Amino acid sequence: MDAIIIILQAGIASGTVLLFATLGEIFSERSGVMNLGVEGMMLLGAMSAFSTTLATGNPWLGMLVAMLMAGILSQVHAFITITLRADQVVSGLALTFLGTGISLVLGEGLSKAGTVSLLPSATIPLLSLIPVVGPIFFTDQNYMVYIGYLMTPLAWYFINRTRPGLHLRAVGEYPAAADALGISVYGLRYFYVFVGGLLSGLAGATISLAVSPGWFSELTTGGQGWIAVGLVIFAQWDPFRAVIGSYAFGALRRLILDIQGPTLLLGFANPFYYNPYWGFFLQMIPYAFTITVLVIGSREATRKRIGAPAALGTPYIRGERGL
Amino acid sequence: MSENTTKIRRNRFPFSVRLEPRLEVPPAWFPAAVSLGAIVVALFLGGILITVAGGDAIQSYIHIAKASVGDVGVLSDTIVKATPILLTALACSVAFRMKLWNIGAEGQFIMGAFGAGAVVLTHIFPDTTSPWIFIPAMILAGMLAGAIWGLIPGLLKAKFNVNEIISSLMMNYIAIAWINFFIFAVWSEGGFQMTPKFPENAWLPRLLNYAAAMPVFRGLTTHLGLLLGVVAAVILWLLIFHSRWGYEIRLIGDNPLAARYAGINITQNTILVMMLSGALAGLGGMSEVAGVVHRLQTSPVAAGYGFTGIIVAWLSKLNPLVIIVVSVLFGALILAGREIQPSGVPKMIQGTILVCLIASDFLLRYRIQIVRNTEEA
Amino acid sequence: MEISENSEHKKESPFVVEMRGITKRFPGTLANDHVDFQLKRGEIHALLGENGAGKSTLMNILAGMYHQDSGTILVNKKPVSFSSPRDAIKAGIGMIHQHFMLVPSQTVTENILLGLDAPRFLLNLPEYDTKIAALGERFGLKVDPSIKIWQLSVGEQQRVEILKMLYRGAEVLIMDEPTAVLAPQEIEGLFNILRAMVAEGKSIIFISHKLQEVTAIANSISVLRRGKLTAGSLPAANVTREELARQMVGRDVIFHLEKKAHEAGEVVLDIKDLKAENDKGLPALRGLSLNIRSGEIVGLAGVAGNGQRELAQVITGMRKCASGQVCVNGDHVDNHSPFYGIQRGISHIPEDRTHVGTAPNLSITDNMIMKKYRSSPIADHGMLNMSVATKFANEMRTSYEIIVPNVETPARLLSGGNLQKVILAREISGQPALLVAVQPTRGLDVGAIEGVHRLLLAQRDAGAAILLISEELEELLSLSDRVYAIYEGRTMGEVQVGTQETSQDMVETIGLMMTGTPLDQIKRGAGQNV
Repeated sequence: MDAIIIILQAGIASGTVLLFATLGEIFSERSGVMNLGVEGMMLLGAMSAFSTTLATGNPWLGMLVAMLMAGILSQVHAFITITLRADQVVSGLALTFLGTGISLVLGEGLSKAGTVSLLPSATIPLLSLIPVVGPIFFTDQNYMVYIGYLMTPLAWYFINRTRPGLHLRAVGEYPAAADALGISVYGLRYFYVFVGGLLSGLAGATISLAVSPGWFSELTTGGQGWIAVGLVIFAQWDPFRAVIGSYAFGALRRLILDIQGPTLLLGFANPFYYNPYWGFFLQMIPYAFTITVLVIGSREATRKRIGAPAALGTPYIRGERGL
Repeated sequence: MSENTTKIRRNRFPFSVRLEPRLEVPPAWFPAAVSLGAIVVALFLGGILITVAGGDAIQSYIHIAKASVGDVGVLSDTIVKATPILLTALACSVAFRMKLWNIGAEGQFIMGAFGAGAVVLTHIFPDTTSPWIFIPAMILAGMLAGAIWGLIPGLLKAKFNVNEIISSLMMNYIAIAWINFFIFAVWSEGGFQMTPKFPENAWLPRLLNYAAAMPVFRGLTTHLGLLLGVVAAVILWLLIFHSRWGYEIRLIGDNPLAARYAGINITQNTILVMMLSGALAGLGGMSEVAGVVHRLQTSPVAAGYGFTGIIVAWLSKLNPLVIIVVSVLFGALILAGREIQPSGVPKMIQGTILVCLIASDFLLRYRIQIVRNTEEA
Repeated sequence: MEISENSEHKKESPFVVEMRGITKRFPGTLANDHVDFQLKRGEIHALLGENGAGKSTLMNILAGMYHQDSGTILVNKKPVSFSSPRDAIKAGIGMIHQHFMLVPSQTVTENILLGLDAPRFLLNLPEYDTKIAALGERFGLKVDPSIKIWQLSVGEQQRVEILKMLYRGAEVLIMDEPTAVLAPQEIEGLFNILRAMVAEGKSIIFISHKLQEVTAIANSISVLRRGKLTAGSLPAANVTREELARQMVGRDVIFHLEKKAHEAGEVVLDIKDLKAENDKGLPALRGLSLNIRSGEIVGLAGVAGNGQRELAQVITGMRKCASGQVCVNGDHVDNHSPFYGIQRGISHIPEDRTHVGTAPNLSITDNMIMKKYRSSPIADHGMLNMSVATKFANEMRTSYEIIVPNVETPARLLSGGNLQKVILAREISGQPALLVAVQPTRGLDVGAIEGVHRLLLAQRDAGAAILLISEELEELLSLSDRVYAIYEGRTMGEVQVGTQETSQDMVETIGLMMTGTPLDQIKRGAGQNV
């Protein structure tokens, strides 16, 4: 039982990284712009956070700089896809290369730099005493995790129950209608791509300053940015489903790590202990899981006739009939 | 009836920038000039970033030039580095032509290496078997493994409309784990993280093998993979531009509705093209392990060739013959870039080039006009 | 934005909207030619005309989407100039378009509130739900504001569009072909809503081509033809449908080509009781039957939106049908792939030449061989012989007078007319058994049109069966051996044209069928043999 609690607790922590990135991409895609550069922006955020904290000693400053850097990078993609109307897929890929490359260049030497002060953790007084739920959600979790708890309902509320959220959704579903009613399609798209960048940067900072502290070049993010893009589809662009997917994934990653440790697994000899190389197959699970999640998401979308924001992926040009 | 909405706007600036779609084909030199311009801009921006990071931009670039084409020896090394990129770029180009975003070339490359390695390491042929049997078998196995790896995302896309970018990307990570398992556990040499070296009959012949006949070839490691790549490029060029199937691929990529109207089966082609793409990348993997590494080992195999291939394909505007040239360029970049500080520079330059290129595409489709604003009621 | 409560003091001026001498030109057409239009307060004024007559353009100008080249607009006797739809709405004029501007995944209330400044931040949806429901009640627009748009029927969606305008204080509502998307039973509901709005002091402009409805609902009727006003503000009670049909369709001299008498042969295309849905899931074909024999041209007359597009798509395999049969030379082609039809000799000149008929970035040669690339002489053992293909393309370029620097030019750079010629060359040169031609001369100049007509007649003489779907009645009458008229997914009747001189009776009969009167009703009414 304790093992499960530990797995879930760690799962939520690492899942928070995915959560931020997924929420950010949800905002961007809801406005109609697909940004595949999440991995690059996350890595840039992780590097910026680490190096800023190293220089200033203040992890919160590091977090802010990370968000800003990723946000700026996102605007390159925004300019190319919104104003220059280039293909969103290729531009996103290019952004990943660019972000990764810049991170590696500017992050040169950081891995040998030693440790930095991390973002603090905390235990919530009363809530941590609730049986089962308390130890998992409210005990010794990083501040980032608690921010994640708050961010999800706020994101949902913003998108679905506020006027700006209404405009966001309109711009991603039927930009012509929004435009006809005086809403600035281009402006809002630029803004929400920026929001996506901010949150990807936050995700990166959460890695290097909280969950997996340090800088390990490309291994720092290790493909989580891509998993986040997949999670957006699974989440059907909804923040609450995003949080379920993110935490599930985080728990899965932790489980895979922990399952190889003990000599006994569920009372039987642990095959993963005695054959450590079988661990490679365990490594495949998150990615196979993402594919499964995609298949489910795509079939659901076809079945329920919901799905991606209708204008996702298409540049908006005024004067063209339809989307 | 056109839908021109002549909206009269009050403008605060004395001029406005208007984007007009180009109505004629620009002269033939224009796209090349724009691409070249984009690269120059990219190198300039890259130089700035290098300087910010504490390196010396000009020295870096000079070093790259010297270390890649300075003499025959390094030229040969450049070509060796270019060969896998050539094949992955070809793989990406054929898929991209149909607007299938195969980001899984890296995984398909790895599986190709695995397939070729399996032929050797499972010892289905004794070590003394003639290369005339070994090598074609490895080619077949490599291409088959790559094709299967490409088939999976292709099938998912065709039947379930699953986004092929993410599915093929996930397959990359699965491929790495797969080959690691075999390298570490099944075929490991003495517990090290590599397999035993392949018998020499399973090596792709290299130029230095013929040093006796041609002394200038001494020490040159350029291998048969180059020939495989060039032949593949030519065949692909013929396929795309001169065959029925290529016509169908081009039509689907340009306008799927028109392709349907012309009676073309898009589902079937999605699957076939992804398999072809995977097979080409798999061939690249085979060529790299049989021609350079001569064993299965993770880092030389999972070295990012699949991703560089994407950029090369895009830079070459998906033309197989141009890909041959551009992959040499990138081979140079990677080869020389290994010694540059900071070490992330080649990747960053690649990314910058791609971004500038995509941005410059815009100039080919639109003309920028700066219009003086008159006072409009 | 609250509903204006001060419509009282505006009661003095009889005309709430006046348009004087409106002229609007688009590249290639004169859409409105010095058109005058007056709308009285509290009336339902119908604007009648065929497609391309200029009705939508005129109203788009009034609604602020376009700006007129010359002419003035007066609202409540004051001259106005609109630079965007927002200005028009502020002046109290709102337009409900044929293609609704509603976001499908959002609720009614959300759509109505879109773009407004209030509420500032938080959306208290239940509060607005109540407000909007009340507004709906007042005008007889019953709709549940918390439902999402995609769950609503088309008729209900239309009510949302109306509510959207009423919420913004519109006093004048322009409805563009409002019944085009409605099921017959919903139309009476709409009419009740319009009458309720008029009772509250609103004024309504009703754009339509459907005579029966117009005479049922309108107080006065204006007719446009080819950009000109042919009849202004006719009082609806005093005018007959025949008179209106004549005003719409005209007494123009029919352009006459030498059409040889030709014995039609066996039945090539046989359609029985075809039923199919359109993209929105509504029935588009409601039991249509027709046949075409080899060596004859059969025209299909009708205003756009009555099922022609869906018919062409079903025949050519681009759309599934729900029931009924389509046979080509005895083979069922219904619910088979386009390739199946191509193999059986079906050629198709599609309505949408840019999005369906051509590949924009491929060369003209590539576009030209779309039907021929599978067999020799262009293909040989799976490989294409590009020099043969280029030669073919150049031959076509000459014979069809396609104006282009060379055949390697990408198709997207061609003008509409030239693009159409490419498609024609491709489809006609294949000696098809059945040619489905949808708007084949749209966008072409007079000389090119004549050329196309000659080609179609030549194909007919060579034995092809041709289905000609066109909005140009003249074209249909000069080319066809027989003309069917389609209305709301069914044929209303068939007129023998043959080689006789087209009479005014023929024109009127077809005009009446196009606008909803079945042939037997016309015969009974007129007591004539057509």
